Amino acid sequence: MEALLAIVIGVLYASGVYMLMRRSIVKLIIGLALLAHGASLLVFTAAGLTRAVPPVIPYGEKAVTAVADPLPQALILTAIVISFGVQAFAMVLAYRAYQTVGTDDLDDMKATDT
Amino acid sequence: MNSLIVLPILLPLLVGAACVLAWRYVAAQRILTLAGSIGYLAVSVVLLERVASEGIQAVQKGDWIAPFGITLVADMFSAVMVATTGVVTLVIVVYSLGSMDRPREAWGYYPLFNILIMGVSGAFLTGDIFNLFVWFEVLLISSFVLLALGGERAQLEGAIKYVTLNLVASAFFLAAVGILYAMAGSLNMADLSQRLGSAADPGLVTTLAVLFLVAFGIKGAIFPLFFWLPASYHTPPVAVSAIFGGLLTKVGVYALIRVFTLLFLNNVDYTHTIILWVGAITMVTGVLGAVAQYEFRRLLSFHIVSQIGYMIMGLGFFTPLAMAGTVFFIVHNIFVKTNLFLVSGVSHRIHGTYDLKKLGGLYRAHPWVGMLFLLSALSLAGVPPLSGFFGKLALVKAGLNIEQFVVVAAALGVSLLTLFSMTKIWAEAFWKPLPEGTETHAPGAGIGLMLGGIVTLAVLAVVMGVAAGPLFVLAQQAGEQLMNPAPYIEAVLRVRGAS
Repeated sequence: MEALLAIVIGVLYASGVYMLMRRSIVKLIIGLALLAHGASLLVFTAAGLTRAVPPVIPYGEKAVTAVADPLPQALILTAIVISFGVQAFAMVLAYRAYQTVGTDDLDDMKATDT
Repeated sequence: MNSLIVLPILLPLLVGAACVLAWRYVAAQRILTLAGSIGYLAVSVVLLERVASEGIQAVQKGDWIAPFGITLVADMFSAVMVATTGVVTLVIVVYSLGSMDRPREAWGYYPLFNILIMGVSGAFLTGDIFNLFVWFEVLLISSFVLLALGGERAQLEGAIKYVTLNLVASAFFLAAVGILYAMAGSLNMADLSQRLGSAADPGLVTTLAVLFLVAFGIKGAIFPLFFWLPASYHTPPVAVSAIFGGLLTKVGVYALIRVFTLLFLNNVDYTHTIILWVGAITMVTGVLGAVAQYEFRRLLSFHIVSQIGYMIMGLGFFTPLAMAGTVFFIVHNIFVKTNLFLVSGVSHRIHGTYDLKKLGGLYRAHPWVGMLFLLSALSLAGVPPLSGFFGKLALVKAGLNIEQFVVVAAALGVSLLTLFSMTKIWAEAFWKPLPEGTETHAPGAGIGLMLGGIVTLAVLAVVMGVAAGPLFVLAQQAGEQLMNPAPYIEAVLRVRGAS
């Protein structure tokens, strides 16, 4: 399972970076979203996959053995919420830029570079 | 006592929320923000005094015992950074009252500004690496909106570059935090510091260190990751440029210094040598970029990159004196760099342009503005007895002590080029006669507030030079705490949920 997820993460990163390098501003945002997903999945996988043992202590018992670690999932949840908000902003920004500049081609957005 | 560390985060949050509630009443927002920033400065000075007299302060919020729960820590470095933030915030708020245009004020400038300051304070005070990520996102999202607020073409184009590269940095940061947790099983920085010291796989720790270097390097604008900075920092209104240029990149530098003095000490020879040379190249490329510029604020933006190099170089030297010099230099640079941006705003107010070729004659028409610029510019270049001299002196001396002659030579050469490009601004904007065709406006309302902010920071640049001795003692305390993490770790882990 780890190997499969590692490949998925690799594909997400690769396609994210590829999209970032395209000239279209829409593809740029898709690239950012893919990168964020890749990073979230990386956190999930790196912390270890434990199947079918939820981190719940049955009533009356004190110690538990080998349960899934809930913390990475809490981290990912936070990261997903943040990236959701940021990407919503990025989309609005891209749309405003498209309206103002009149193109979605990043190569034409060079007014601040000189 | 415990609530003191929380206040620099809580106060801007409350003021920001109150400003949102008073959305239609801009005058109320102005008063709230001004009062809030005065309160923030008072709190930050009290915190600094407390840390100086009683040592490192730590608190566990939420009543979980460290290393769990929400850790806030104020060591000397954090406290100095928060106090500096307090001063700069108050100056920028006063300057904004005089210079911000009505539409931007009506569309949420003040709430965003307060949340930005909350994010900066949180990043300085947190003792938890994941919370650091969250605080970075808080300050980033407010800075995104502040940068784009107004919707001018240059702003939107600059914002796209700024947003993209900062989000890529955040993805790196998150991935690094995830791997760090997987490896060490903790997120509390004090706890991590102990666990990484005995890590099973030192090679992986070093890899992780470089991943953090890239993530914070993008946010702090080091070579070769700085390209978003000169493409975006000169586009928003000058008060926003000033707080970005003065304060925001230094949060990235703060994070770099924090993780490379607390967490990644397994392979100092390797990581800090990389940092040292990256710092040297950052200094040189930044200043060379600046020399070629003819846009007032873009020139200053390249100088930010160059001066980040000095700070990174101090971290690369990694001796107590170098760290003290770095802390002193960061504070000096925040004041002076902010002030230079503020002066560029005054020249824009008078002549309606930032283009150095179209500016001119400012010294003849407004000699006091010229003197204020000169104070900050000479301080930036490191001319004694102004503040920049002592920061650079400490860094150069630290470099000579460990015989890094090439890097020290680069630092001194960069100083000379800094002086050269400051002279260029002086010659173009202040000294040469005003070119034909450039319009001249009356400064108009609010110029007094703008100048008030500039005078304050210029006086601070002089005071930091004249009274460098006592202030350097604080920087030395900060440097010693950074070089010896044991008291920091003890302060955090000792707190047993007593809130």
